[in-house]
Amino acid sequence: MVIAASAVDPALTWNLLADVRAALQYPFMVNAFRAGTVVAVLSAAVGWFMVLRRQVFAGHTLAVVGFPGAAGAVLVGVSAGYGLFAFAVAAAVTIALVPAAAGVGSGQESAVTGTVQAFALACGFLFLSLYGGFEGAYALLFGSFLGITEHQVWVLLAVAATALAILTAMARPLLFASVDPAVAAARGVRVRALSVGFLVLLGLAAASVAQITGTLLVFALLVVPAATAQTLTARPVASLALAVILAVTVTWAALLGGYYSSYPIGFYLTTFSFIPYVAAGVWTRARRSAAGAR
Amino acid sequence: MTSLAGIFAHPFMRYAFLAGVPVAALAGLVGYFMVLRKQVFAADALSHVAFSAVVTALAFGVDPRLGLFVGTVSFGAVLGLLGTRGRADDVVVGAVFVWILGLGVLALSLYQSSARSSADGAAGVNVLFGSVFGLSATQATVAAAVATVLLVAMALVARPLLFASLDEAVAAARGVPVRALGIGFLCLVGASVAEATQAVGALLLLGLLAAPAGTAHRLTDRPYRAMAASAALSTLAMVVGLGASYLWPTLPPSFAILAVSTAVYAASFAVPSGSADSKPRRRRAQTRRTSTL
Repeated sequence: MVIAASAVDPALTWNLLADVRAALQYPFMVNAFRAGTVVAVLSAAVGWFMVLRRQVFAGHTLAVVGFPGAAGAVLVGVSAGYGLFAFAVAAAVTIALVPAAAGVGSGQESAVTGTVQAFALACGFLFLSLYGGFEGAYALLFGSFLGITEHQVWVLLAVAATALAILTAMARPLLFASVDPAVAAARGVRVRALSVGFLVLLGLAAASVAQITGTLLVFALLVVPAATAQTLTARPVASLALAVILAVTVTWAALLGGYYSSYPIGFYLTTFSFIPYVAAGVWTRARRSAAGAR
Repeated sequence: MTSLAGIFAHPFMRYAFLAGVPVAALAGLVGYFMVLRKQVFAADALSHVAFSAVVTALAFGVDPRLGLFVGTVSFGAVLGLLGTRGRADDVVVGAVFVWILGLGVLALSLYQSSARSSADGAAGVNVLFGSVFGLSATQATVAAAVATVLLVAMALVARPLLFASLDEAVAAARGVPVRALGIGFLCLVGASVAEATQAVGALLLLGLLAAPAGTAHRLTDRPYRAMAASAALSTLAMVVGLGASYLWPTLPPSFAILAVSTAVYAASFAVPSGSADSKPRRRRAQTRRTSTL
């Protein structure tokens, strides 16, 4: 933010196209738009299933677990992105297997999820204090779009392509298993394996999103666009497409907002995705009450 | 190496114990109900709201502790009002709290660019990860007093709340104000979150709420015994964590506390679960498990 402001002092005009073109003069903005678009598509698609399955708490934990991953990677001197992916996948497996292995209900499941999350954050805090600096903490937690390299864009693209391919392959049984697990299991769908596989995909998506939004604000792209879309329409394909469009639009608008002002991108991401969510909720409720009055 | 003998010679250690012990007991007791009611995610959301509340108060030059309590208690009430029977849908909670967190990020950037931040540059990090060794005598006393009051309040509502949590429909039929209890409980959780934020920080307090409670639920099926166990385990984690952090100064206290409570919870998985011997509960747990898969 500071770099952009001091270098060019950009000002927003009424010509949106010219504004976008001006922002894209800089390689870091081009990379930010590329990475942001990739991440938005992936997170909207995976997030759509997550919202359908009501696995919000698990999603949040998988996102937050990226924080010690990134901090630990910085501590040992590798790229933060790898730490994010490694920790998110490890946590996904933990959350999927530990409560099930113990053979207990979802009360324990949420206790395990919460404990994994808090302990992961505590580890991140320990790593940062061992590293001896908290300057990077805010970027890891609340996002930044300045330092995205071309290499990182390619890694994100490869991860997203793989994850989306797997998601496409398992989409139909996963939809079935999410909507009615008992009937799906009776019809021979491997509900348990799907659920573990989906959590790993969720971990990959959360770790990708965290590289733009920071680990704490992943929900701005993972939950809110999908929740908005599912509020507006019950048809799976339509709401999935709507979620992707919303997430991409929100990301682009937030990147421009971050570029053209001195406020953090996390604020724009969350606000731009929250406004349509509230509007959709109000509109659906108004339509429902109008239908009820008739 | 420093030994534990002189631990109470340091005022900051005395204040840390003075505030930490009642706060931990409160977190354990509240956590028992959070796990029982499957509302751990609400506590997660509240802990993030705590961060936003403090930095917003800092940005506007208000007393951060005032902002903390107002923010968490009112968000707790909102969570209760949003949902049916005092429980909100996780998706709604997630969408709302990430936006509030975004506002917190804005407040943090406003605060950092204002003149006030020069007085306390690490304020944001302290809110997130706790600064129990930085409490003053008055802060510790106030925190201990508030935690004690909240503990008494929890003890007073424990019986009807337990009834309402175990069987909502029957409790409602027997005249227990289920919805009011749900909302009141979330307000109490909000206040407890505000208390715990001062000890272990907004991001880590979830461990103090969830891990001892999860352990207690595994160890015993009897509600009152589990409540006591949860509060005791949480207090144990606090005491051992503070002691460990005193012995090895490179360990931040909040990490040490969390590490102890997580280790105890992990160890409880080695022991066969105490809840397995109760049949009705196991059946309920199983139906629920299949429905979440």
